[in-house]
Amino acid sequence: MTGTITFRRKAVDRVMKGLFCLCAFLVVLPLFLIFFDLVLKGARELRWSLLIDLPRPVGEAGGGIANGILGTIVITLLTMAWSVPVAVMCGIYLAEYGRGKLASSVRFAADTMTGVPSIIMGIFGYILIVLPMKRFSAWAGAAALSMIFIPVVVRTTEDMLRTVPTTVREAALALGIERWKATLRITVRTAWPGILTGILLAMARIIGETAPLLITTLGNQFWQTRLDQPMASLPLQVFSYAISPYNDWHDKAWAGALVLITMVLAINIGARVLTREKK
Amino acid sequence: MALKTGRNPKDLAFEKASAFFAIMVLFLAALLFAVLLRESMPALRKFGARFLVTGTWDPVVDQYGALPFIYGTLVSSFLAILIAVPLSVGAAIFIDEFAPPWLKKPVSFLAELLAAIPSVIYGLWGIFILVPVLRDYLMKPVTKYLGWIPLFKGPVYGPSLLAAGVLLSIMIIPFILSVSREVLATVPQRQKEAVLSLGGTRWEMLRIVIGQHCLPGIFGATVLGLGRALGETMAVTMVIGNRPEIFLSVFQQGYSMAAVIANEFNEAGGIQLSALILIGLLLFLVTFVVNLAAKWILSKMGAHASRGI
Repeated sequence: MTGTITFRRKAVDRVMKGLFCLCAFLVVLPLFLIFFDLVLKGARELRWSLLIDLPRPVGEAGGGIANGILGTIVITLLTMAWSVPVAVMCGIYLAEYGRGKLASSVRFAADTMTGVPSIIMGIFGYILIVLPMKRFSAWAGAAALSMIFIPVVVRTTEDMLRTVPTTVREAALALGIERWKATLRITVRTAWPGILTGILLAMARIIGETAPLLITTLGNQFWQTRLDQPMASLPLQVFSYAISPYNDWHDKAWAGALVLITMVLAINIGARVLTREKK
Repeated sequence: MALKTGRNPKDLAFEKASAFFAIMVLFLAALLFAVLLRESMPALRKFGARFLVTGTWDPVVDQYGALPFIYGTLVSSFLAILIAVPLSVGAAIFIDEFAPPWLKKPVSFLAELLAAIPSVIYGLWGIFILVPVLRDYLMKPVTKYLGWIPLFKGPVYGPSLLAAGVLLSIMIIPFILSVSREVLATVPQRQKEAVLSLGGTRWEMLRIVIGQHCLPGIFGATVLGLGRALGETMAVTMVIGNRPEIFLSVFQQGYSMAAVIANEFNEAGGIQLSALILIGLLLFLVTFVVNLAAKWILSKMGAHASRGI
């Protein structure tokens, strides 16, 4: 049966299989290396005070990233407060009514925005909010982040609604339910786990965004809960600690990064589990 | 009751409301382009097309040219593609053809997780782990023996075009990998079986099938990865060296378009700010065209361009 396969051909086959295997290994290797270093270096500084204290000047022991954690939560919630309704409604329009020119231009716009580098969304927030207000603010950061958040959620919402079989819609309508009610109560509810997964994945992404915040919220050394003022955020703190010349700040950067990746991955993996259970 | 002839007013209101939000998204996209265009106008008027080919970036005399940034962006992205494409395609083939069933899910899940890591964490890891390792174990030995080749000329500092390229390659691998898998999935099973049944080995089957079916798709995946790499900001800023000069050697420092925006935006005003926004506009247009091209190629293939969360 294998008589025609010469030794040479078999050997080449083996070697190529080995190479593909090596590729897969090299692809996942950085993930392990990054996590290993994050835990190894981050855990050293990870203590309770890190999570509840303000940053301290260089050389002074202790100090934390509490204002950054709070800032990240505030900016993320501020972004989502208006972006979730906009994106989900837009997704509903595309999936339920979206035919014709308007729908295809909206799809094109959303796809285009998804591919725009995040720093450019920062420029958007800067021009629209920072320039007129003449100061950096949480508002500007939220404006930039919503430009990243909205297009992603628009498309996942549309995709998820499209997985709901037409028969479900027809069954609802046949029972005499008004169409808008059928859409919200039946179609959207059926697709909700998937839509929520999309929202959570986009949330995990904006939590880690740094570049747009650098030129919109700027960062802050102190507590700041006023939304029209520069606000601290965790990714920004990781960045400024990382590029500083001080060793104890480098340790804080690692610890901050460990906290950040924990937040991001918890939401990211949580979102995936959510859809897996429903299947 | 009389039959309703028109549409239910509540239904109509709901449709109009959802259309309003759809128009809002369209408006935001248009607004983005409009503000970029308006704010970059002063620099565009002053420098014109010279902006693309001038190498000086000097705030003191208010002369700005984007060439070093364009160069750094292109070289680092090209290096990233060079590393990421073979690895991703190889890994995709491994997952779909060779991996034992219990290994498929974990490997693709881990690769997807790479996409979830925030850019600033890649940068942090790049500064403290990747750059020193590359410097001591790759760049220094290579310059020592091959330093006469302009591409590998010293002196070696660490932060460099190469470091940015390697870091970028890790970041774009998950995107190229997932699109490559979709492309591989478009190959008809019967064709694979046909080659195997004629006595071909697995590798021969793959060579024939990929050569005939997958090359355009893999090219599309590559272009999509390129679109990602071009606009990446934080990780590149942290490892590229941020030096607005053009060096042929990949071991030398460079600068990228996104990085100069991140670094100089907050202290800039007047024409410098406008020049930075013009760089942003260029980046916007380039990624727009690149993504469009990728989508076009992939839609021809029947594979869906991954929307990239």
